[in-house]
Amino acid sequence: MQQHPHGPGSPVPVQTRNERFASAAHDDFPAVTGRELEWKLTPVEKIRDLIDGELDGSAFPAEVSSAPGVTVEWVAMDDARVGSAGLAEERAAANAWSSAQQALTVTLTSEEAVAVTIDRAGADRAPRAAHTVITAAPNARGIVVIDNRGSARLTENVEIVAGAGSDLTVVSLQEWDAESVHLSSQFARVDKDARLKHVVVSLGGAIVRVKPSVHLAGSAADGQLLGLYFADSGQHLEQRVYVHHIAPQTISRVTYKGALNGAGARTVWVGDVLIGRDATGTDSYEQNRNLVLSDGTRADSIPNLEIETGDIAGAGHASATGRFDDEQLFYLRSRGIDEQEARRLVVLGFLLEVVQKIGAPELEQRLIAAIETELDAVAVV
Amino acid sequence: MATLEIRDLHVSIETDQGSKEILRGVNLTINSGETHAIMGPNGSGKSTLAYTIAGHPRYTVDSGSITLDGADVLAMSIDERARAGLFLAMQYPVEIPGVTVSNFLRTAKTALDGEAPALRSWIKDLRGSMEALRMDSSFAERNVNEGFSGGEKKRHEIVQLELLKPSIAVLDETDSGLDVDALKIVSEGVNRVKENTGLGVLLITHYTRILRYITPDFVHVFVDGRVAEEGGPELAERLENEGYDRYLTGSTVG
Repeated sequence: MQQHPHGPGSPVPVQTRNERFASAAHDDFPAVTGRELEWKLTPVEKIRDLIDGELDGSAFPAEVSSAPGVTVEWVAMDDARVGSAGLAEERAAANAWSSAQQALTVTLTSEEAVAVTIDRAGADRAPRAAHTVITAAPNARGIVVIDNRGSARLTENVEIVAGAGSDLTVVSLQEWDAESVHLSSQFARVDKDARLKHVVVSLGGAIVRVKPSVHLAGSAADGQLLGLYFADSGQHLEQRVYVHHIAPQTISRVTYKGALNGAGARTVWVGDVLIGRDATGTDSYEQNRNLVLSDGTRADSIPNLEIETGDIAGAGHASATGRFDDEQLFYLRSRGIDEQEARRLVVLGFLLEVVQKIGAPELEQRLIAAIETELDAVAVV
Repeated sequence: MATLEIRDLHVSIETDQGSKEILRGVNLTINSGETHAIMGPNGSGKSTLAYTIAGHPRYTVDSGSITLDGADVLAMSIDERARAGLFLAMQYPVEIPGVTVSNFLRTAKTALDGEAPALRSWIKDLRGSMEALRMDSSFAERNVNEGFSGGEKKRHEIVQLELLKPSIAVLDETDSGLDVDALKIVSEGVNRVKENTGLGVLLITHYTRILRYITPDFVHVFVDGRVAEEGGPELAERLENEGYDRYLTGSTVG
């Protein structure tokens, strides 16, 4: 990997999102101080082992369901598929990349829609690395759910390739136990006329940091990025989204919604959208909304939009963090619904707006039940 | 038979300039089956009365009483008032993302009755009411008021009135923003509910137009936070011809 002139150690600050240094090698990145833009909102002292420590790079336990036209293989890290969608942009991701001994590859080839689940019921508490490559062949259709439960201390890279004309949904579902730590860099490349729906759902885990980077590489590529998170007391749930419009007529929609409840509940959302020089006629919109349910929480919400071409169809962003809308509660209560139930309805409705867009009924039902469980813990204020 | 009694009601709101009195001694009695029109110029306190009856936290009752069949309404929470039989059709119904009309109505019905409605008859009632108010059945699966036009929101309020079966309803400027066709549909809905349930109605309006379709038994003219004149339907006709000017000498229209 050739070091980029604006890479680490260079006195010139990185001005544009896609000029960020990338490498598969841990040593290529300087030590993390916690003051970097990349890390300053993350409790780095609690994840030093994943950023710098030795990682178990053996296959992370996973069971992959079978479906017609789906190939599942563990491959060596020098396989051509590894690195096809991106490369680590920070030290924890690079640590995972250089530590992983093999990659789990899931390849969809069927033009009939298929559903695949990568069932990860967790492992021990030893720090681990993982690498996964999800590929939709040209014109393939399907949904892949990475279902994370149990316990883990995991830093990983997930690569996603949506081949030309494909229609792929990838859901990364974090329902880890209360002590788990999970850092996941997810890189996607969306080719010509392909459609990728990428969904992050983070409900469980002590520290969960998911970073989807979606590169709309082919003309008319379409990226729908959805996210949903619910932070309870002491939880740190972070999502860093990056959409890079590379090709003309590309479309992106980013919708992330979060709820925070309990002292020390902490969420971070950073949404970078870059519309490149050649990305003419693109249409993008990103939004993040957070609903604060109690005192003592903190939600950071930082949208960034960079446009390098004068010819775009639309670009916008929105960010809002607030408490309950009193008028919504009044309306529901004026119909006889008691305060607790009214609050449940409002929060559930707020988050359901994202769930309703996933387009997988069984998963949607499961998520509604999981959110309802979270809401049981919310006290009437 | 239900009776809503309002006695010497004084209500204020907090503003940046301090507390401001809006209602200055309102007296009204509404019985089941009766329709009372409250008419008045903008700023006379009509909507304040509506929201105070429903228990909106923005309004502070300084003195006076509201009782429903003798029970102290002011001591009740917002939802307790609804469960006691009061209903407010709002001027500006709010949107509730992610909550479908069907889920909302079923939840409200369950809360009011203390048990979930029998599924088959409930679906029949819901369809029937929506059909009568010319709302396409697809509205049931849409989120509450989200993307509804002004007229659709008002019709949705009357669907709720019909299904939730209150004993006394306050209709806050239900006619505003409606074209003639929608006004007729909404008025027919209100009349149907009155006929079927013996509903008592407090109809708040600025204009006499809706009174051509919903005939009031009593008309109360509201000026500057209190009832300035009371009469029968003929008073509405007089207001139609003369406007509110004769009540406003010495004060300004807000």
